[in-house]
Amino acid sequence: MSVLSLHRQVSVIGAGMTRFHHRLHQDKQGRELFVEAALEAAESVDNDFAFGDADALYLGYFSSDMFERQGHTAALMADWLGMNPKPAYRVEDACASSGVAVNAGIQAIASGMCDVVIVGGVEKMRTLGTKEVTDTLALAADANYEAGVGFTFPGLYAAIASAHFSKHGSTWEQLQQIAIKNHVNGKKNPKAQYQETIKEIADKLGERKGMIFRDEMEFLNSPLNPVVASPLKLFDCCPISDGAAAVILAADDVAKKYTDTPVRVTGIGQASDTMALHDRDDLTSLRATCFAAGQAYKMAEVEARHVDVACVHDCFTIAEVVATEDLGFFAKGEGGEAASEGRTALDGEIPVNPDGGLKAKGHPVGATGAGMVYEIFNQLRGQAGEHQIADAEIGLVHNVGAAGATVTVQIYRRG
Amino acid sequence: MSVPRYWREEVPRYRLLGKVCAGCGAKFFPARPVCTECGSTEFKDHKLAEVGEVVTWTVVRNPPPGFEKYKPYVVALIELEDGMRLLSQVVDVDPEEVQKGMRVEAVFRRVKEDGKAGIIQYGYKFRPVVE
Ligand SMILES: [Zn+2]
Repeated sequence: MSVLSLHRQVSVIGAGMTRFHHRLHQDKQGRELFVEAALEAAESVDNDFAFGDADALYLGYFSSDMFERQGHTAALMADWLGMNPKPAYRVEDACASSGVAVNAGIQAIASGMCDVVIVGGVEKMRTLGTKEVTDTLALAADANYEAGVGFTFPGLYAAIASAHFSKHGSTWEQLQQIAIKNHVNGKKNPKAQYQETIKEIADKLGERKGMIFRDEMEFLNSPLNPVVASPLKLFDCCPISDGAAAVILAADDVAKKYTDTPVRVTGIGQASDTMALHDRDDLTSLRATCFAAGQAYKMAEVEARHVDVACVHDCFTIAEVVATEDLGFFAKGEGGEAASEGRTALDGEIPVNPDGGLKAKGHPVGATGAGMVYEIFNQLRGQAGEHQIADAEIGLVHNVGAAGATVTVQIYRRG
Repeated sequence: MSVPRYWREEVPRYRLLGKVCAGCGAKFFPARPVCTECGSTEFKDHKLAEVGEVVTWTVVRNPPPGFEKYKPYVVALIELEDGMRLLSQVVDVDPEEVQKGMRVEAVFRRVKEDGKAGIIQYGYKFRPVVE
């Protein structure tokens, strides 16, 4: 593989995000959520920024068609931001929609076509009931040979978990440490959907049901945490969320005009893999993550051990285990144990998902990749608040579409 | 899935029919238009083995629309005796008894019922081989 490079350096100059939530945004449409995130992003730019300064918009939105009965959403958002006649592109790559939108925006600047670009994503999911949401998410799997035989989205990751358990001896108990850690982090993030630890949730639900739980594990082993697709239970799954995130990118030479503290994009990678799990030799690893990360590390001229903070795609607890192995933070098969030992906690050697991850922060599908960039932008500028990682200099973002048919990785560095 | 698309694929579903590349011999199920190994677009039919073993599996307790009446049900990645892999439900078994390496054979069953349109779709499922 040849080493790819950006022919023009790109920086993040601003980022904004709505709170991710399952109820809060009930009366808002996707367009209102995206504008809210974009306004916050514009506000976060140190010197004056107007949407008209941007040369293009790249928008990730997985399924506006099913969720809102609305298509053509990129032009709609550009119109709502007052960006006309600037070009707008909608990107649909399942849960990696805005990760891909970010990469596309970076490439647009690197190519010389644009100086400033707005990238981001939105998903308004709570217009449908849980069953219909599950059915819509299954559109991201192979409709004929996965969803068509009764596989659900949690089912695909459950099959990955079963394979990981039997190949590497990892356990369901190890997965719980990931859920527990991500809720601890989410509690410190005012933008997170769940700002409660699992112990606090256990106490609250227990009180309602007349049950007392000694600790998280007793609760997670109780009937209040039902099996969704074995071995994955409810608390192994990220929630359904509404939300939006927006990021403003600028060519390095232009970025100076907007801020003295940009966050530089030093490496990007992206890869595709087979849609259907039956076409993969090894279910315990996402090949697209390995490929995209390899590309990004090479371009950034860093290795996994140099990364100070990472946002990885934990749509299910097992996905975070697999990601931390595929990204090279831990050896293959050791991700579960590493999480149990606290090595990915806020004060661990490589803090993973300091914002609460998809599990606690929420997962409005199309907004997730851009939401991770929002977090890393704040981490590398030292403005992440209570969940700040001290002196974070290099940050990594990892966004996965469905069961790994699309993966994007970006590496950022404090400017 | 729409009814016409399901009908078009009914023969491969019913008979576990895949393709073998005329250029390099790579086998595919489902059929593909372009060989991922050599780029050839010439294929011959390949009848899949009907016996195999469970590679990995899960029990679905929150089924998508059309699958409600089968819940909880087992879906598995199965490796057939000819080395081909596919995803399928495993039936006629207590979900707790499914394990890696369990030998299973293909059966023709009802796969999905669309309540609104009254459409019943048929296809392959697998059940344990009684030794
Ligand atoms: Zn071939």
